[in-house]
Amino acid sequence: MNPGILSFDGVTKTFAHRAGQALLRDRITDLLFPSRRPRFEALKSISFALQPGESLGLVGPNGAGKSTLLNMATGLMDPDAGRINVHGRVAALLELGAGFHPDLTGAENLRINASMLGLTRAQTDARTNAIVEFAGVPEFMDEPLRTYSSGMVLRLAFSVAVHVDADILLIDEMIGVGDQAFQERALEKIGALRRAGKTIVLATHSAGLMTSLCERALWLERGQTLMLGDTRAVLNAYKAKTVPARS
Amino acid sequence: MSMGSRVRTPWSGDYWFLFRNLIVKDFRIRYRNMSLGVLWSLINPLVVMGVLTFIFGRVFGGDRPPLFPVFVLCGLVPYNFFTGAFLSGTLAIVENSPLVKRVPVPRETIPVAVVLSNGVHLLIQIALLLGFTLAYGLRPTVAWLWLPPVWLLYVIFLCGLALGSSAINVYVRDTRYLVESFNMVLFYLVPIFYSFSIIPPRYAAVYQFNPVAAMVLAMRNILMDGHAPPQSLIFNLVIVATVTLGLGLLIFRSLQRRFYEHL
Repeated sequence: MNPGILSFDGVTKTFAHRAGQALLRDRITDLLFPSRRPRFEALKSISFALQPGESLGLVGPNGAGKSTLLNMATGLMDPDAGRINVHGRVAALLELGAGFHPDLTGAENLRINASMLGLTRAQTDARTNAIVEFAGVPEFMDEPLRTYSSGMVLRLAFSVAVHVDADILLIDEMIGVGDQAFQERALEKIGALRRAGKTIVLATHSAGLMTSLCERALWLERGQTLMLGDTRAVLNAYKAKTVPARS
Repeated sequence: MSMGSRVRTPWSGDYWFLFRNLIVKDFRIRYRNMSLGVLWSLINPLVVMGVLTFIFGRVFGGDRPPLFPVFVLCGLVPYNFFTGAFLSGTLAIVENSPLVKRVPVPRETIPVAVVLSNGVHLLIQIALLLGFTLAYGLRPTVAWLWLPPVWLLYVIFLCGLALGSSAINVYVRDTRYLVESFNMVLFYLVPIFYSFSIIPPRYAAVYQFNPVAAMVLAMRNILMDGHAPPQSLIFNLVIVATVTLGLGLLIFRSLQRRFYEHL
């Protein structure tokens, strides 16, 4: 099978309960009794393949594994079993503003973020104006980020992420990016990137947004694939199950 | 459990630009709220040097090595860089957990950048050390050309150490306290206020492979005795730096697979 631009092949991810315990005692227990700690499967044998320009919507209730899937596609976690193929630069719009520092100015955060997302110095310099203009915070660029409203931080982070020229955009719950006007501009921008042939993987509870951006959808429930296919068909099936018809 | 695999386009950004930005970030954050800023890099060694000079000159009296302030600074500068870089390097991944959990950046760069940002203090302290050397009437010699390569090896050694300890600290948070205690004990185990010549021969091996002690000796050789450090010392530093960096990378790469769940 052609792995395409982004593919999951039998991907499984398990988490240990109480993995947050980080004392020496816990590590020694782990070493002595490796199987004692209960594990749960966040993703079970997930497979799909996207060709360049194809987009995928993720539906499912909270805790179904949508965010885990996006994190793994971003490269923040490795699978326990299976294979993930990513060919191209990824921009993750997961938790906007993560990695920003409140004591640094908007301009400093912009540069640091751009360099982490893979822009060179020349590219960053060339795009700074466009990023600032799109975020709509030009008069605040030399102020520390802690003086920003939370909406302004999100706008700046969103603006950097969509200006890195990624081939693949991974988006988790776009709702809440700034005010109404900015939300419209953000959606417009994502639509434009979609039309420009970028691949998008989108987790959202908004059926309208998913239908407009994604031709296919993946329905996850407790880490398992319940359905993978045409977006409308998947959304209808999902709606039929979650909102049982009262006849 | 069989291991899964991940094939992805490698991070294609600009490492120098990234390092520069991470170093500037670390540095700005540390000094943004201090009115004296980088002056602290000078005050700390000066105070410690003053105290040691007082104790060994006035309290114990008499028999201290010549040019004692320069002698002590030759010990303090390598020691301060070691303790500062080792501790902040150990905390690097845990303190940058939002980055590690949310931004697909090559994670090795995080502890390395923290060590390099300590290099800014190091440069200031080296300038102080050279200033004192000249002020006490010692003159630059050809041996000074050894300063850049030995410091480079020392920085590489600390990058390796920070890679390993920052990864272990994610799993075992007690690492931090271990490092703090170790740093304190090290002050006495490194000949900062005493000379190598008073160490009994049977304990010499303990000092021979201690890279901090090796750096102290190298500084005294170069700046006070005006000759190059012994070849065996350079050789040891090369070995220790290479092995530590290799091991550090190995530990980091194998442990980072599960950073996400432990942060």
